[in-house]
Amino acid sequence: MLVLLLVVQVVYTILVEAGLQRNIISHYLFQRLILRGIVVTLELTVLAMIIGVALGIILAVMRISPNPVVSTVSWFYIWFFRGTPVLVQIFFWFNLNLVLPHITLGIAGTPFFWRGPGTNSLITPFLAAVLGLGLNEAAYMAEIVRAGIISVEQGQSEAAQALGMPRLLVMRRIVLPQAMRVIIPPTGNETISMLKTTSLAFVAAVPELFTRGEQISSANFDVVELIVVVSAWYLFMTSLLTVGQFYLERYFARGAQRELPATPIQRFRRMLFTFHAQPSTPTELVPPARVVPGSEHR
Amino acid sequence: MVKAEAVHKSFGRLEVLRGIDLEVQPKEVMCMIGPSGSGKSTFLRCINHLEKINAGRLSVDGELVGYKQVGDKLYELPDAEVCRKRSEIGMVFQHFNLFPHMTALDNVIEAPIRVKKESRAVAVERGRTLLDRVGLGDKVDAYPRQLSGGQQQRVAIARALAMEPKLMLFDEPTSALDPELVGDVLDAMRDLAQDGMTMMVVTHEMGFAREVGDSLVFMDGGVIVEAGKPRDVLSNPQQERTRAFLSKVL
Repeated sequence: MLVLLLVVQVVYTILVEAGLQRNIISHYLFQRLILRGIVVTLELTVLAMIIGVALGIILAVMRISPNPVVSTVSWFYIWFFRGTPVLVQIFFWFNLNLVLPHITLGIAGTPFFWRGPGTNSLITPFLAAVLGLGLNEAAYMAEIVRAGIISVEQGQSEAAQALGMPRLLVMRRIVLPQAMRVIIPPTGNETISMLKTTSLAFVAAVPELFTRGEQISSANFDVVELIVVVSAWYLFMTSLLTVGQFYLERYFARGAQRELPATPIQRFRRMLFTFHAQPSTPTELVPPARVVPGSEHR
Repeated sequence: MVKAEAVHKSFGRLEVLRGIDLEVQPKEVMCMIGPSGSGKSTFLRCINHLEKINAGRLSVDGELVGYKQVGDKLYELPDAEVCRKRSEIGMVFQHFNLFPHMTALDNVIEAPIRVKKESRAVAVERGRTLLDRVGLGDKVDAYPRQLSGGQQQRVAIARALAMEPKLMLFDEPTSALDPELVGDVLDAMRDLAQDGMTMMVVTHEMGFAREVGDSLVFMDGGVIVEAGKPRDVLSNPQQERTRAFLSKVL
């Protein structure tokens, strides 16, 4: 009851006392620049996650390699990229041209030297943000994938090795497909987290959602109203991802769990059904809704 | 086919194999018995290099396993060479270790397609024949969890045979099975022995050893205590330790 009162008070303060200009909020909620910012935010999320997952798998496989050089390189990468803030990493890629004006390959003064295009023309603010977010994410994904690989029973890789399959083939065909069940749920979390972290691209002046909101509010001084607009969009998008994650996990739980968790719709239906089945006599106390879904398959 | 000379293996300080010498002829069926912890499974795993030996020499079909000799030194072979050697040696495990995300047929054709680079059509045809031969012609599309333990183990035998190995290793193939399912697996193995496959079988099935085995080895404490014809060892053991073990299991 106390909690409820507190909630009412907070909501009242925000809606009435705070003097938010609701017309400004509704005006900017679907404004063109904001909508374009959303597209950039989604692009950043998708690209950074692709880099993160792909590189993360490679790093995880390297990490458990019997070759000490390979596994040390992976250890070092994870140590470095997990140990420095992602904001700093984005800032670093954004400012790379200050110390490295040209992208070069090989050793200067020898024939094996290639002088590429200027760093600033190659690493745009957008690319700097993708690199910063993606390379950082890879370090976290590597640990997630490694946990998945470890979760697969040792006998699986032994049986595959006994058939003459080389290490990487064993990994790709036998171990990783089975590790997916463990890898998918935390990867969903990482994606949701990434969607919000893309707002750090602000430091590289990438025109994503938060940057757009900032730019508009620095012109019209309606700072809090635009924070509300931007937050509403982040909340909406993370909610969609959460729903997607629920169904993805449910799909991958098949075969591992006897009974799948009910979807919210199923739970809602069952709730309604139970209400209707309110017994009039005590003998009917067990409503049919108690029948566990899926039990007919046993 | 298999030749072991003074094979030693330790896990850390624990010496599991303390000098194993034995020889398996082509088409021979050798059964290995002994109490648990005697090193028989470890020895079997050394034969296809799932475990590395610490000393001694171990060769299959005249080639050292996992090593090459230059002068009087042994060097470890690269992964690709070890894999080629392993593909000639089939292995069947106590817990089957079928790939749970693949159907029975996919389990059988995976290695022929990916390792031997066989065409899918050829591999599928032989896979079906092999599953048929172990009595599972109607289970090609079943997933491992839909099969009983005995059926899974027979799929595992078909999977190993699909690589057309020169030698088959069986590591307690019936130990994890319900008693009434053991017979089907032993039948499949007996069938294989009659076809002239060279086999090494770690087992507790004394009846199988007596009936199908050409030779029997009793191991204890990382050494071979007694070896000979199955009938001789089982009914007239020469060593006290063999006698003590057999009196408990027979």
